[in-house]
Amino acid sequence: MDLSYGEAAEAYRAEVRAFLSLHWPPPAELRGPDLKAFVRTFRALATEQGHLYRAIPKQYGGSEQPVDVIRAQVIREEYQRARAPMEVGGNGMNMTVPTLLEKGSEEQKALFIRATVEGDYIWGQGYSEPGSGSDLASVRTRGELSADGSKWIINGQKIWTSQGMQATHMFMLVRTEPDAPKHDGITYLLIDLDQPGITRRPIRQMTGEEGDHTFCEFFFDNAETPVSWQVGARGQGWYVSRTTLKHERASIGGADGLGRQFAKLVELAKEVGRIDEPLVRDRLAQIEGFVLSHRYSSYRLFSCAAAGEDAGPVALMMKLLLTETGHEMALLAQELIGEHGFVEPVGAGGRGHRGPRGPEKWMDQIMGSLGNSIAGGASNIQRNIIGERGLGLPRDLAMSGER
Amino acid sequence: MHFHLTPEQTAIQDAVRGTLADHWPMERLHAFADGADDFDRASWDALMALGIGGLLAPDSGMGLLEAALVCEIAGEAAAPGPLIGQLLAVAAVACSGDAAAKAHLDGLAGGTKVAALVDGGSAYVACARAADLFLIVDRAAGVRLVAAADATIEAVPASDRSRPVSKVGVAADAGTALFAASDPMTARLADAALVLVAADALGGAQKVTDMSVAYAKEREQFGQPIGRFQGLKHQLAHMALDVEPARALVWYAAYAWDSQLPDAPRAAAMAKAHLCDVYVRATRAAVAAHGGIGYTWEYGLHYWFRRAAFDRAWLGSPAAHRARAAALAGW
Repeated sequence: MDLSYGEAAEAYRAEVRAFLSLHWPPPAELRGPDLKAFVRTFRALATEQGHLYRAIPKQYGGSEQPVDVIRAQVIREEYQRARAPMEVGGNGMNMTVPTLLEKGSEEQKALFIRATVEGDYIWGQGYSEPGSGSDLASVRTRGELSADGSKWIINGQKIWTSQGMQATHMFMLVRTEPDAPKHDGITYLLIDLDQPGITRRPIRQMTGEEGDHTFCEFFFDNAETPVSWQVGARGQGWYVSRTTLKHERASIGGADGLGRQFAKLVELAKEVGRIDEPLVRDRLAQIEGFVLSHRYSSYRLFSCAAAGEDAGPVALMMKLLLTETGHEMALLAQELIGEHGFVEPVGAGGRGHRGPRGPEKWMDQIMGSLGNSIAGGASNIQRNIIGERGLGLPRDLAMSGER
Repeated sequence: MHFHLTPEQTAIQDAVRGTLADHWPMERLHAFADGADDFDRASWDALMALGIGGLLAPDSGMGLLEAALVCEIAGEAAAPGPLIGQLLAVAAVACSGDAAAKAHLDGLAGGTKVAALVDGGSAYVACARAADLFLIVDRAAGVRLVAAADATIEAVPASDRSRPVSKVGVAADAGTALFAASDPMTARLADAALVLVAADALGGAQKVTDMSVAYAKEREQFGQPIGRFQGLKHQLAHMALDVEPARALVWYAAYAWDSQLPDAPRAAAMAKAHLCDVYVRATRAAVAAHGGIGYTWEYGLHYWFRRAAFDRAWLGSPAAHRARAAALAGW
């Protein structure tokens, strides 16, 4: 075993560092739109250099690099070290772009990919409905062809759309064949959210947050989208959506966020003067066992990916391990902050910065850990996946209609 | 970066697994558990014939990672014999400057001489009556090699039937002092022992998880294999979630020891504490997943349950090692 990346990778690291030292950080006096423009130019340069958007063809605004997980990791490490901006985040990069690359038409790729990687288009996810969460195949929002066959007319409701207030576009599942078996009557559509047939409303979360960063519900009343914005064949939307979810899962649990959060938990125990208590030390070390399992398993996944080998069921476990360990940290944090938990958290997931931030900021993490058990595949669904795909147990009868 | 097993490492595991399947099937475990022997010479000789005794000799080209991979399979099979003591005795003797001790090296590496590990702080020794030599590892007092003839050995009824124990008495100045407490080798041998116990626990935890999954696929209730029901499926998923990611913790601890990384002692303590907890949880969950059959002597889950309890208490409890890990982190 060897945790070093090898000489070629270290030479590449030097190149990346040299590039960064030339182009980042921005001059200290830059503010507002000037700073935004600087970041945009930086991303364009970094793409030209082959650092960003490596999986995306040049004609759509990417750098079209051969798959090389080691180089990609070196880039991530160096950019993080320099605090340089990486690719724009969100649903667009994680889901829309991979889906279009795999299943989209030429027209769709040309229309949407560049605008998404440059941050001009922000995508909301239109999968869930009030009666349709994990069982996506039960969606009821209707899509009907216009009389001339050029447009889809959409009626219904979508819910739990993250970043919904900022989104410019949505990718969505709509039922177009009401009489077909439930997995075969769904079509995958892209839609412009700036039109009269669409109403959006923020949903207030249990953290108290409401507004730009939280989720929304959308109401569609004869909203329209061109037939040419349909991804994949009519009625095959459920299968198209499987592509996207795969990408979303892969993007969760990769980085060592758990390790950073654990370091903060240790700091919290020191801040509140309880680090010397044997029970606190024992509990911290117990949790660290899982934090390190997650970290070293990510090395294992990374190492297997670099060698083109299958890491086995551990790949299916990383998200649930992250969630469960997050819960354990939240429990200990709640114990450590004690009566500071009486104080209302600052809200906005730590982005609000309203007022003083003492130990009570942990209430954000504590409540956030609950959100993690739902977002990106609920924990019980993750357990099904581990049981069925990882251990080879027979499928749940209720879900045996899926393929 | 390379952080997964090479084909050669997988081949070592396959060879050990195959040998134990031939020489240590469940019937042998049952018969051994009901008998009064400390040792199963046939399965020991078959294992040693693979050449694994000398894995920790400095010139073997192998290291603690390979030794851990072997101990993992021994844990999976609930194999008898003082394998961990044997592996460490070869490392200790080979690295010592003592000519008399070195005379034992070939016999130990080949398995014709048997060495049991004595924890400096413990009265009990596994497989003591089968041992020719005792390797005493004590962080506070150093490392000694003592001939069995120079010790008192009193067998006691044992819980872990795969590793019968005796009370062993050794005079403080008996045998040969190999390393002083201050010698870095003393701590390294103590750390290596922790990693090997963690590996044994990993193998055992994986074994009882596999047994539970296999049972859930076979056993039918309400006209369905019980593994189809979400309640049990989720319990089994949780067992696997507890065991599989922890594998990398053992690998890292062994890698850190082999590479002499600064965090090797802490990684060993974390691996021992974490895996021994995992093992106990997994065996408890396995009994629950099996229902009544899992509680019978005949089915055999109890061998791993007992071994889990043994591993947990041996060489220091999880709480003790977590306390060490906390101190080593400077908390």
